[in-house]
Amino acid sequence: MNEIRTINRRDFLKFGLAAGTGLALGFHIPAQASESTATTATANATFSPNAFLYINADNTVTVISKHLEMGQGAYTGLATIVAEELDAAWGQVKVVGAPADHKRYNNLFWGPAQGTGGSTAIANSWMQLRQAGAAARSMLVSAAAEQWKVPAAEITVQDGKVSHGDQSTTFGELIEAANKQAVPAEPKLKDPAQFRLIGKKLPRKDTNGKVNGTAQFTQDVQLPDMLTAVVKHPPLFGATVKSVDDTVARKIAGVEDVITIPSGVAVVAQDFWTAKKARDVLEIEWDDSKAFKLSTDDIFNQFSELLNGKGAVARDDGDAVAELEKAEQVITADYRFPYLAHAAMEPLNCVIHYRGDEAEVWNGEQMHTLDQAMVAGVFGLQPEKVTINMLYAGGSFGRRANTKSDYLVETAHIAKALKKQVPVKLVWTREDDMQAGWYRPANMHRLSATLDEDGMPKAWQHQLVGQSIIKGTPFEPAMIKNGVDHTSVEGANNLPYQIPNLYVDTRSPEFGIPVQWWRSVGSTHTAYSTETFIDELATKAGKDPVEYRLALLKDHPRHAAVLKLAAEKANWGSDVAEGKGRGVAVHESFKSYVAMVADVSVDGNSFKVDKVVIAVDCGVAVNPDIVKAQMEGGMGFGLAMILNSEITLDKGRVVQSNYHDYLVTRMSDMPDVEVHIVPSAEAPTGVGEPATPVIAPAVANALAAATGKRFYNLPVRQV
Amino acid sequence: MIKLSINGSEYQLDVAPDTPLLWAIRDHAKLTGTKFGCGSALCGACTVHLDGQPIRSCSTPVSIAEGKNVTTIEGIGETKEGQVIQEVWDDVVQCGYCQSGQIMSAAALLKGNPNPSDTDIDNAMTGNVCRCNTYHRVRKGIHAAAKKLS
Repeated sequence: MNEIRTINRRDFLKFGLAAGTGLALGFHIPAQASESTATTATANATFSPNAFLYINADNTVTVISKHLEMGQGAYTGLATIVAEELDAAWGQVKVVGAPADHKRYNNLFWGPAQGTGGSTAIANSWMQLRQAGAAARSMLVSAAAEQWKVPAAEITVQDGKVSHGDQSTTFGELIEAANKQAVPAEPKLKDPAQFRLIGKKLPRKDTNGKVNGTAQFTQDVQLPDMLTAVVKHPPLFGATVKSVDDTVARKIAGVEDVITIPSGVAVVAQDFWTAKKARDVLEIEWDDSKAFKLSTDDIFNQFSELLNGKGAVARDDGDAVAELEKAEQVITADYRFPYLAHAAMEPLNCVIHYRGDEAEVWNGEQMHTLDQAMVAGVFGLQPEKVTINMLYAGGSFGRRANTKSDYLVETAHIAKALKKQVPVKLVWTREDDMQAGWYRPANMHRLSATLDEDGMPKAWQHQLVGQSIIKGTPFEPAMIKNGVDHTSVEGANNLPYQIPNLYVDTRSPEFGIPVQWWRSVGSTHTAYSTETFIDELATKAGKDPVEYRLALLKDHPRHAAVLKLAAEKANWGSDVAEGKGRGVAVHESFKSYVAMVADVSVDGNSFKVDKVVIAVDCGVAVNPDIVKAQMEGGMGFGLAMILNSEITLDKGRVVQSNYHDYLVTRMSDMPDVEVHIVPSAEAPTGVGEPATPVIAPAVANALAAATGKRFYNLPVRQV
Repeated sequence: MIKLSINGSEYQLDVAPDTPLLWAIRDHAKLTGTKFGCGSALCGACTVHLDGQPIRSCSTPVSIAEGKNVTTIEGIGETKEGQVIQEVWDDVVQCGYCQSGQIMSAAALLKGNPNPSDTDIDNAMTGNVCRCNTYHRVRKGIHAAAKKLS
């Protein structure tokens, strides 16, 4: 691929975007293709009009994804946008992962950082990739016009075929001529009415390798001379190594080294099983003098006390506090949310080859530029000396976007300490993964409200307490304002319901348990408390929960539309049998709107979710089947929050270790599900996260309908 | 040295007899389609067939597999159930990490029960965790494969 041209910065084209973000369409294409998708760029000539695609003489179009494919369908969705404006045939399109490059591949919503998260992959790339595809198409058309000596305006492009009258050719045949064309400053974008691929169900680009075992995850990387490392982490957060006796471990054939690193003791061996066996016989004395030693109950007791004091104000409309003080009747409830592990199917891992003056990383890469800088920091290298190969991730749910690059830094310390400069693969066991922290923070909420004479909320007070995800990270300046971590209160401080007196505040105590974003972040808890509490108020007012919400959503038509659609499709208002319950919830996160109606059966103490009807408004649905898949899967993921998932601590030790005691949704828990997409011409927003927070309140409200009981502590487990 | 027959090919692997079959397959035979998920037979990502029966390779010592036929995701397409499942699985996959195990469990189910009910599917597949929660589509995929096979 060294034929691909590079150009100087002065040759970069600047496109003015509607959002005012300058877009540089660079000509340079990475020489190192991702291992995620085998590239067949063996042709002698390549047309590479910008940083997001290249076309080879064999007529393949390769789209370069700056975002991680972790199941959410980013590779397919991003490629669809390019292929649409290019008028490529879907079958000729391939996708490869982009390297770390803050000049070309930043997340346009994140400022100078490249990464995948916050359900932004499609949303931030929408105009960028449309322009990238349209620019390439325009150059191919110009090339054909020149060859055929006809006006460019008379040339049509469809399904990868460039035509004029009886003449027709392929992209591959035009690449040499296309390379000589000027890059258009303002390529003309399609009228959405002409979309041929966007809005259609197209097959995913990552399916084949994932059904025949050839897809490359980090766990699957095999490199010459590669060693495998496992790490013994301290049993308590904040404990450190006091002494290590590795005499027995070192005698095991295949063990290469035992290394004390800041995060524990690493055993490096020829293969995983050897390394693990050697780790099991290490004798380590830990210094736990500064370790975290509280239990879950201690934490919630502290939360409870903090809720009685003042918090940082996140919203203050009218005077909710005064209204509640003078109210005759106040409805109030305290909610508890446990720590949650991401528990993705692929336990965390990473491969690094340190070569002294440079380093190469293979990883399910979710935070390119931060990870690049953090790994470079360990080696004392400039960030650009660290090459990142983005592979598929076997799930992540936020975990691979770690604010401290924890497992990459751990691997870098091992690679740096190795006597031989060979690739080293860090493998965490399931237990390592589950007990390493970086959980969805535990939270307590206190909701208080009073109703007016019509039963509508007159005042609403929402007080929150939980660790800040952002404090002490590079994101602090942008995401903490006036003591309020946006990720702690999102979903609470933007409550859509029209309530004249509305007050939200938050407290962020510091504990030694590392916490992190978990699919849908703050909404994981705020959607639950707000949507069950509004439901409780509707019941107290003697009103229908859907009608009650709609009356309060007059200024929020997109919330109202998904709520109405879900209710209609679920036959809201029809009879519900004895022992059954039907509940509803609606919530916006990451600018996508989701409503769910859940039907449950209650049998003694146990319950089952039978059916869920989902309505979503995510703007233009680039690939409606992937939107549906994300709604179904996001719902199933969130279902575990109310069914059974919980991390607890006993004197600082994480109690759960594997899927036998950290329970998750399984096949037998999965309800029937149907998804309805609101037709929309709005710019697309994300779908990876927004379904996750909506299911637990919908189920809780259904359980309340069936049993008359309200559920304030998650997980519910039994009614 | 342990002699293994995997997908019809013979392997001589230099591993200790107590090594889990999973790690012999992945680290020594270099067939990486079979996945490591939990190490304790709790998630099903490592499912392979031993003489046609589904087993969790993470908790099966390699010595038990000697003299038997091991089938992995790389070889399941050679069976008629595996081939059809792979053909109809397009809409199922998300991150894909658990799908090797899902397909191996589904192939074993269909071999023993060509027309499974939803309950049969739930019972056979509930040991296979999918954190993307593709369960709804796994169920539909198995029904689609059953229909195509009949």
